[in-house]
Amino acid sequence: MGILEVKNVNKRFGGLQALGDVNLSVEENSVHAIIGPNGAGKSTLLNCLIGKLIPDTGSVMFDGQSVLGRKPYEINQMGISRVFQTPEIFGDLTVLENMMIPIFATRDGAFRMHAIEKTENEKDIIGQAEQMLENLNLAEQRHTKAASMSRGNKRRLEIGMCLAQNPRLLLLDEPTAGMARADTNNTIDLLKQISDERDITIAIIEHDMHVVFSLAERITVLAQGTPLVEDTPDKIKGHPKVREAYLGESA
Amino acid sequence: MLGLNKKDTALFLIVIALTILAPFILNPFPTNSAMAQFNAGYPDLMQRFVIFGIFAIGFNILFGLTGYLSFGHAAFLGVGSYAAVWMFKLFTYNVIPAIVVAVILAGLFSLLIGYISLRRSGIYFSILTLAFAQMSFALAYSVLSNPKFNLTNGETGLQVYGDDPQIFHGAGLPNLPHLFGWSMRGNNQMSFGAWDFNFNTGYYVCAVCMILAFYIAIRIFRSPFGMMLRAVKSNQTRMTYTGLNSRPYALAAFVISGMYAGLAGGLMAAVDPLAGAERMQWTASGEVVLMTILGGAGTLIGPILGAGFIKYFENIFSKINDAVLHSWFSFLPDGLEDVVVALIYPFVGKGWHLTLGMLFMLVVIFLPGGLVEGGQRIGRFTFRRRDAKGSDAERDAANQRNPAE
Repeated sequence: MGILEVKNVNKRFGGLQALGDVNLSVEENSVHAIIGPNGAGKSTLLNCLIGKLIPDTGSVMFDGQSVLGRKPYEINQMGISRVFQTPEIFGDLTVLENMMIPIFATRDGAFRMHAIEKTENEKDIIGQAEQMLENLNLAEQRHTKAASMSRGNKRRLEIGMCLAQNPRLLLLDEPTAGMARADTNNTIDLLKQISDERDITIAIIEHDMHVVFSLAERITVLAQGTPLVEDTPDKIKGHPKVREAYLGESA
Repeated sequence: MLGLNKKDTALFLIVIALTILAPFILNPFPTNSAMAQFNAGYPDLMQRFVIFGIFAIGFNILFGLTGYLSFGHAAFLGVGSYAAVWMFKLFTYNVIPAIVVAVILAGLFSLLIGYISLRRSGIYFSILTLAFAQMSFALAYSVLSNPKFNLTNGETGLQVYGDDPQIFHGAGLPNLPHLFGWSMRGNNQMSFGAWDFNFNTGYYVCAVCMILAFYIAIRIFRSPFGMMLRAVKSNQTRMTYTGLNSRPYALAAFVISGMYAGLAGGLMAAVDPLAGAERMQWTASGEVVLMTILGGAGTLIGPILGAGFIKYFENIFSKINDAVLHSWFSFLPDGLEDVVVALIYPFVGKGWHLTLGMLFMLVVIFLPGGLVEGGQRIGRFTFRRRDAKGSDAERDAANQRNPAE
């Protein structure tokens, strides 16, 4: 039984069957990639996992609990963090402040109004945030506005902000889309390092096969809203069905 | 000092000095000179400066930090005023209980409106607040002023009458709002040669309130809570996927700014014990938006500057009529004088809105950060020149030192 269990999920947008009977099981502490051509339903599936969309039928269980019907911030509190296709960070705030907010949020668990007083607790949080930035090689930019950083650094910051919450499952939606090759490789290295060092499950949606094959331990191929195959990277590479789905070749 | 960093302490001290010394600063021209009409140091206007300053500081906590643009803040101002006048009518003319009750009632009222309006964001939030404020205005103007249940006294405005209970009103106390016996209208005029300076009790009560309000605003801006409010403005998606529900933060900011508006409304009633429904109208809500944007939304001092600027225009520019203009330009030949006056006239007197509108346009286009950004640019310009000189001097010194080594 995996940490994330998706069972018989269907989602329809009007006449379009976006997801049809999706079954997916993600093993704890593994890196699981979901690939598929455009319009295969990858993003719809991800949105169903984080509460942005509610599937028409089926169940999504995280660590034995259903995520359906919960608000997105409650799902996050269960231990699921998400990295977006375009980095979602607090652009108007400094890099250090960006890093402090998830630490604040995790300290208090659920919602609590944060004190107006500057407390010892806060100094501790600043220290922790600076340490995180050090690890991400962003320490030099800690007083610049987050919006003014490069795409690659924004992505690093976003991943760092997600990690600061110590999530159990990290969902990444095309983390290297629109990135230069060097930035892509940096991101791959960062994700590798994360999955080696921490007890964390990573589920990744990606177009770039270079990224998928250098990270994933298991791959699910999605086509037209249904899982085609699920296997290890080596087997996926030569699978005729995958070639067909991607290239439209008749096998 | 007081838990503020060096820069904020300096800003706070400047604001204190400006408010305490306002009677001098605002009366730079001798009383009988031609320029005396530009003097703003009379009690009525000084009170308005600080009261609207409080209103704008509070509005800025909502708009400047969380980015939620409320078009209904005048409703809370009105609620504060009505609450204060009712305290005068029922209990005592002392301003302290009136102001406290005004703040509390405005807070409760904003909790209700904020709870409903904050279900939506962006333009829909603005429209909801506007709708609520206009409903409150209609209620105050007509619905709640029928003979059976007269809460607001309709068009006439709520005021204190001789037969009101005033159960704690002792003999010997002034028959006007007072602070433990000091009448709010109490005024000391001090004359230095040709200059007259006014020291007014009402003004100083309002000034102390504004200093307190400003201090609380600084603390909110610099606190973790303030950081969360800026995060709400910056990216609600990331906020949600960091496990934070942004609505309670926005609601807290809404209630705080509503209480600031209530304080301003209470003080308005304290300096003049009368509350009319027009205080709640949408033009009044729009005015505070203008003040905040003109001064610089999201900055600490901006709203105060904006409030002062607009109130100065409203009261001083509007008084320049064609007679005054003719007297200024009487040195010109007759025909030319008429032309010049005709050219300037649309922009002064009753046309002061035109000047203000153009200034507002210029500020929004060229100084998106408001008057504060203008000040910063001037500051940067002068400091850069001085810095350039300073570094030259250092380089010279370094050059001189090197040969000696």
